[in-house]
Order: sequence, then structure tokens, then C-alpha cells
Amino acid sequence: MELISNAPTGPIEQSWDKHKFDLKLINPANKRKYNIIVVGSGLAGGAAAASLGELGYNVQCFCYQDSPRRAHSIAAQGGINAAKNYHNDGDSIYRLFYDTVKGGDFRSREANVYRLAQVSVNIIDQCVAQGVPFAREYGGLLDNRSFGGAQVSRTFYARGQTGQQLLLGAYQALERQIGLGAVKMHPRMDMLDLIVVDGQARGIVTRSLYDGKIEVHMADAVILATGGYANVFYLSTNAKGCNATAIWRAYKRGALFANPCFTQIHPTCIPVAGEYQSKLTLMSESLRNDGRIWVPKQPGDKRAPGSIPESERDYYLERRYPSFGNLVPRDIASRAAKAECDAGRGVGETGLGVYLDLADSIQRLGKRTIAERYGNLIEMYERITGEDPYKVPMRIYPASHYVMGGLWVDYNLMSTIPGLFVLGEANFSDHGANRLGASALMQGLADGYFIIPYAIGDYLATAKPAQVAVDAPAAKEAVANATAITKKLLNANGNRTVDSFHRELGKIVWDNCGMARNEAGLKKALAQIPALREDFWKNVRVLGANEEFNQSLERAGRVADFFELAELMCLDALDRRESCGGHFREEYQTPEGEALRDDANYSYVAAWEYQGQDRAPALTKEPLTFNYVKPSQRSYK
Amino acid sequence: MKLTLHVWRQKNAQDTGGMVRYDVPNVNEHMSFLEMLDVLNESLIEKGQDPIAFDHDCREGICGMCGMMINGKAHGGFPGTTVCQVHMRHFKDGDVIYLEPWRAKAFPVIKDLAVNRASFDRIIAAGGFISVPTGSAPDGNAIPIRKQDADLAMDAAACIGCGACVAACPNAAAALFVGAKISHLGHLPQGKVERDRRALAMVQQMNIEGFANCTNIGECEAACPKDIKLEVIARTNRDYIKAAFTERPDSTSAGAG
Ligand SMILES: Cc1cc2nc3c(=O)[nH]c(=O)nc-3n(C[C@H](O)[C@H](O)[C@H](O)COP(=O)(O)OP(=O)(O)OC[C@H]3O[C@@H](n4cnc5c(N)ncnc54)[C@H](O)[C@@H]3O)c2cc1C
Ligand code: FES
Repeated sequence: MELISNAPTGPIEQSWDKHKFDLKLINPANKRKYNIIVVGSGLAGGAAAASLGELGYNVQCFCYQDSPRRAHSIAAQGGINAAKNYHNDGDSIYRLFYDTVKGGDFRSREANVYRLAQVSVNIIDQCVAQGVPFAREYGGLLDNRSFGGAQVSRTFYARGQTGQQLLLGAYQALERQIGLGAVKMHPRMDMLDLIVVDGQARGIVTRSLYDGKIEVHMADAVILATGGYANVFYLSTNAKGCNATAIWRAYKRGALFANPCFTQIHPTCIPVAGEYQSKLTLMSESLRNDGRIWVPKQPGDKRAPGSIPESERDYYLERRYPSFGNLVPRDIASRAAKAECDAGRGVGETGLGVYLDLADSIQRLGKRTIAERYGNLIEMYERITGEDPYKVPMRIYPASHYVMGGLWVDYNLMSTIPGLFVLGEANFSDHGANRLGASALMQGLADGYFIIPYAIGDYLATAKPAQVAVDAPAAKEAVANATAITKKLLNANGNRTVDSFHRELGKIVWDNCGMARNEAGLKKALAQIPALREDFWKNVRVLGANEEFNQSLERAGRVADFFELAELMCLDALDRRESCGGHFREEYQTPEGEALRDDANYSYVAAWEYQGQDRAPALTKEPLTFNYVKPSQRSYK
Repeated sequence: MKLTLHVWRQKNAQDTGGMVRYDVPNVNEHMSFLEMLDVLNESLIEKGQDPIAFDHDCREGICGMCGMMINGKAHGGFPGTTVCQVHMRHFKDGDVIYLEPWRAKAFPVIKDLAVNRASFDRIIAAGGFISVPTGSAPDGNAIPIRKQDADLAMDAAACIGCGACVAACPNAAAALFVGAKISHLGHLPQGKVERDRRALAMVQQMNIEGFANCTNIGECEAACPKDIKLEVIARTNRDYIKAAFTERPDSTSAGAG
């Protein structure tokens, strides 16, 4: 298969405007003749459904939670980037573009990233108009903070609840369209399959989580905005329900999956406390603005942090990266923490932790200012650990958090299946091999508010999808497939719970395809995962029936997909014999232990095509060229 | 520690339901409350018994998906805490714990501890928004907003829509939920334009959904995991009364705008 990115050529500053002008339009009266399915109600899906409803399309929106307001975007804490340069500190669209391409370790498409930086400014305007209560300065203007990988202050925030406020903005816009009858919302619905008719995406199969009813929904185009798959690691900062099912089943219908091994490990999470742990909690990276990260210089130093004098502490990020200090990008901060712990300098009971210390900032700015900036995070930390960060430094450790990989899309956010668009974290996105903090919210809203409304019109006007019936053979076949999977899970009647399998899978992936990877480990995982998967299908125990509210069954289907995805991740990681961003192959590093890219051989997007069960997927490469930001070794020293 | 749980089990909306007793040995103080339920559920599945259904997602106190009555208190009654953020160190060996779903006419039980809160969404759909089409916004700094107003808006906007206020209220009123949205938007210049019609439409929908009237008992404020203050209800009342006098009837229809 050949991958055509449809990225415009010519001066990058003008390419989106020109492209927009070239896209075909649908006249207002005709829009309501088109049905569009949006799966997902997070920032990407919520914004898309609201905007498309507003334009006059007939929209159906789906989510698995009981309300669209609960999508996982709600949990984002730190902020959202935008190149507003309100602070006159040298920011610009070009600088945000530059930082994002560099932060992504030169594995993203330049034209997409430039567009993202361009529309970032409209996002803030839109959100303010919707009533998002961003933090303000005393003069009444918008306040900003800094995030990792940037030397300017361009992050807008609403206390430690930025994602919540942005999502409520999108949710309210969506509810308004629901009230007006332009959007029909289907909460507590799982998408289980994609319906492809004559090569075009024409619908989905869903299972109602209330009563197990399987339904077919047909449309002229399908948008997936179903979020990321970080839960493949079992323990992650994602909500418990986050899953890969929608994109995975689309992959099995022919959509190519790009860079599955590009996952992000977030440096500042609360360390694991025990075997029963069900998820990990993120402490926003914004804390790195005012928190200093350190470990005792002496390995095995078990003294309480307060009794370790300044001279015996190692502020290792400040030491190793003097110009960015505690604000180096996430992949670098995570690996540095791992290196300290591997060398025996980790803190806390397990030794898998480093200190994040607010003491200096409290002294400099006062407790009140710190409380104003991070109050809710500090409370959350205290609630979970029972320790007070105003008095003792927080303990943090990296955790799986975000995925840069996802379904491959062209410049119009369309996958390799015509009519199937993918937005937000679910696509392989604009973040290359590493995403900068506060850029996922930006991307989700850019995709949903400002890109898909243009792209979808062009597709519908060009492809002119024909009528199809809900009982088309492809729809029947997809229903049969979804039903068969559910039946198989219920009939296995084995002796192990879904969670116990998920936990074991997560450990394999974390150990071998996590913060650091190597050939031997990946090969081991590629042997272990299929074996465990086979055991899963034989020995999993899912009680109850399909025709009821059955949470074990919901989870079982998701875990089944994680098994297959985990294998593809390891395969991709094995194939990419270089280190870049979040993908750190131990064999490929500089003498100082930094990621060593191989631009001559790996400057491409790896897109995988499903070839059938038990057959190796086929790899197609989309070459990446850099006309503006010249690839160099990232330096944050 | 060892705990005894009495849990409301109800197969579906039609079932009458009742309390069932479970003994939970080996509870670790570092577990979260939901992790304790996970461990119990795992053991139930191993014994071939139907696990307890309860809603949850983020487990960080922000999505508003979780919620149950613990010993008669919404989310367990720990200040500013959702049940997913409650940790077992607050309990001791031998404790007996009663778990029940939110109880309100407008929140029918789906199964066990999970309820249907779609009524909240319909209240927002009626008027809990600012009508601003995508792409039509002026620059974000065009209208300065006093920090104090932005902060007050944010205090109210912190509502997670979990329904604890309704569950805690002896009348099962939704006044705190509605007030939080009215306050959030009403404190901002952008939200002031539609203030009257918003109050009328949301209050009207609240009544249609079967939420009872607020009689100023204040249990909702005490139960709110996000510390939403009672003053938001006073604001709804002010806006509603003013609107009832000034607003023309055609603009009160749900979702107008
Ligand atoms: C704890 C945490 C903090 C973060 N903080 C920040 C931050 O400060 N700044 C930043 O920029 N980014 C942050 N991120 C990342 C960012 O929040 C996410 O990448 C982004 O919100 C994803 O948005 P989305 O719309 O793509 O997906 P989501 O918000 O995850 O939405 C997915 C939607 O799809 C639905 N769905 C999923 N699967 C199915 C299915 N099979 N069937 C039907 N519906 C389905 C869900 O119900 C949901 O509505 C953070 C992430 C985490 C985990
Ligand atoms: S699970 Fe999200 S608030 Fe409790």
C-alpha cells in the first residue's frame, strides 16, 4: 500500500489557508442530508460533534461512560499550549511549531505540526467565549505557565483542572446541539466493529452497556475520537475504561496503525504502592515549574528527606541539563529517574521513586501562592499517600501516560479507509516520538473544532457516498463478528479473572516495551504475549450473560484487544532499530546515555497493515522530510 | 484488617433488590476504597458469584462517574473526597460498612450501586451553556475578566456532576448542581448575556426530571466532593426570579438558542 499524506507543499505558513480554500464545501441545505457518526466525546470527539451539529450535519455521538462529560480528557490537569505570545517572551507560531517538531524528536509531519501551532490561538479564543474560566492575572488578562520542552510561557490553565474545564466547554456546546436536536447522543455504548461497504467506512456496530443490545448505525462518514491505549500497560494514568477497541477493530478492517511503539511515560506520577493497585495517579508536570527533583547522592541512603543535607542531595536534572533543568521533556526526565533508581538511589519503600521538592518555592513565593497554583494536586497527593507535600517532598516515579501512536491519518485526518476519520489521541498525531506537555489538549481541540469541519465536507462532496441499508451484507457480517467475540468470551468459562490476565500482560509490556527496550526483551515479549493470549481465550472467566449490565464482559473485550495490540507494539519497537523520543532502544544511545536517532534509516512513520489472524502484519513507510526544522540531536543541556 | 460489608444488590431496574453481607479479609490500609471492592469482586468471580456492579472511571476524583452511599453518607462523607479517592487507612479492623446506590427518583438504579444520571445531561442541554458557534470568538484577551470573578466562576465550575448533592438531600433536589452551572457561567461576562433564559430553562427542566424543590437544608454542600457552596443556590433563585419577571415567554423553551 502507498501512503499519500496529502500534505500541501509550498510555503508552510500559507499551506493550511490555501488547503482550506481548495477543499470542497457542502451547501447549508444539503448538510442535513448527511449522517455522521462520532465515536468519542472527549475533547476531540466532543468538539467535533458539537461543531458538525452546528454546521447542520446529522450527528450521532457515542461514548462508553454514562455521560459525554466524563470522557478521559476531563482528567488532564496541567494546561493547554497556544502561541499567543501574550507575555511578549518571544513566543510565536513558528516557535511552537519548532518546539513540537524538536520535542517529538523529528518523527512527525511538518505540515501537520505547523497547522496545529497556527490554530492553537483560535482554540483559546473559542474556549474563553464558551466560558472556560482560565486563570487570570490581577489586570484581568489570561495567565500562563511553562511546561517541559519549552523556554517560553505559553501554557494556559484553569487551576489544576484544565482538561475538566475545556471538556465542560465542549460538552456544553455538545449538549446545546443535543437540545436543539442536531446531535443524538448515545452514552454507555461500546463500539465493537466498523462497517466498511465498497471500501468506504459506512457505519459501526455497538453494544449497549445497559442491556447488551447489539445495534447497527449507518452513516456517510465515521469519526473515531476514542482516545489512547496506554492501558495496555494495565497500570497507567488513564481512566480505567480507556481502551483500544474502536481503533483496533478498525485496524482489523483495514485502517493502518502507525508507530504503535511510540508511547509516553510520564515522569511525575505517584509511585506504585502494592499488588492490588488498580491505576496510577499523575501529578501534573506543571509541578516541575516550582518543584526541584532530587535523590540522595549516596545509594541506599534511607534517611528521611529532611535529614539529608543539601550537600548530600543530587538535583540530577539541574546538574545534567543546566539550561532546561527540571523542565526537560518527559522522555528525558523519565529515563533520568529510572537511571537514578536503577543505580540504587531511588527513595521510598520500594526504591522506585525520586523526590519532587517544593520547599524552595514555598520559601520564595509563600505557601499561599503554591497552594493557589497546585492546591488540588497537593491535596490529591496527600489523600492518596497520607503525606503532606508542604512539609515533606513528594515521591514520584514515571508511569505510562499517553500514546503518540494510533491510526494513521493523512493531512485531512482521514485514515487509509476512505470515510474513516481519526481525531485526538486515537490518531498517530502530530507529536512524533514524544509529545510535549499541554499539547494533547491542543491537538484534540484543533482536530475537533478547526480541522474536521473542513475536511469532512470535502470528503462528502468528493466521495458522494451512496445509500446503504442497515441490513447490508457488510453490516450483518460485522454484527456476527461482534456477537461471536462476546459469545466466545462468555463461553470460555475458565478459572482466571479478566483483571488477572490484564495485570500479567501489562507487566510483560512494561518490562519489555516500556521506558527502555532491547532486542532480547522484545523477542521474549513477542513469545510470551501470544502464549498468554491463548491462555486468556481458554481460561478467562466472565460470568453472567450478554443481555445485562456486565462490567466483566466489557473489560474482557477490551483486554482481548490489548493482547493483540501489545504484540504489534513490540513488533514495531523491535523493527525500529534506533532510539527516538519515548522509544529508547538500549542498543542505540550516545555515550552520555541520550537517545541516538538514525535519520538515515528511520526517518519515517511506520504504518502496519493487518493481514489476518496469525499472520504477520505488513509494514508500509511514510517517509518524513524536514524543510524547516533541520533534524539535529535534541539538546536540552 | 478484616471488614464486613453489607452491599445493596439489585439485578436490574425492575428487581426489588436487597442487602447482602460479605466478609472481606486482608484489607490493606494503602488500598483505595474501590480497590478494596476490586479485590472482593475478584474473589466473588473466582467463587462463581456475580461481582458487584459500581461505576468508576478516572479514579482521580474528577470524572464524576463514581458514587455510592457509604454508611448512609454520599461518597463516605470525607471532606472534599469522592469515593474513588477514599483510602482504607480511614477504616479499622472489624468495621462494618453499608453500601447503597444514590437514591433519587431522577436517578433510577441500573444494577447494584450503578445508577442512571442522564437527567443531569438533559438539564445542561436545556440551558447550561453559552451559545457561541465554533470559530466566531473574539480574541481571548478582548474582554478582561477580574481575577476575582474568574476565581468565583472556577469555584463553581469545579462541579463534577456526580450526583452526591442529590443523594444527600432529603428532598432529592438538584439545586446545587443547577446552581453550580448558573454561577459558573453567570460570573463571566460571556455568560451574562443568556443569564435569564438559562435560569428559566434549567429550572424548568429540573422540575420535569422529577427533582424536588430545595428547602435550604444544606446537606448537599456538606456532601459535595468539590466544595460547591450553598451560595450558588441563592444565585439561581435570584436569576430565576428576575428572569420570571423580565424574560419573554418564547425564549424559555428548552434549548432555545
Ligand atoms: C492524568 C492525565 C493528565 C493529562 N494532562 C494533560 C495536560 O495537562 N495537557 C495536555 O495537553 N494533555 C494532558 N493529558 C493528555 C490528554 O488528556 C489526552 O491525550 C486527551 O484528553 C485525549 O482526548 P481525546 O478526545 O482524544 O480522548 P478521550 O478524552 O480519552 O475521549 C475518548 C472518548 O472515546 C470514548 N470511547 C473510547 N472507546 C470507546 C468505544 N470502544 N466505544 C465507544 N466510545 C468509546 C470515551 O467514552 C470517550 O468519550 C493528560 C492525560 C492524563 C491521563
Ligand atoms: S472515578 Fe472519576 S471521580 Fe471517582
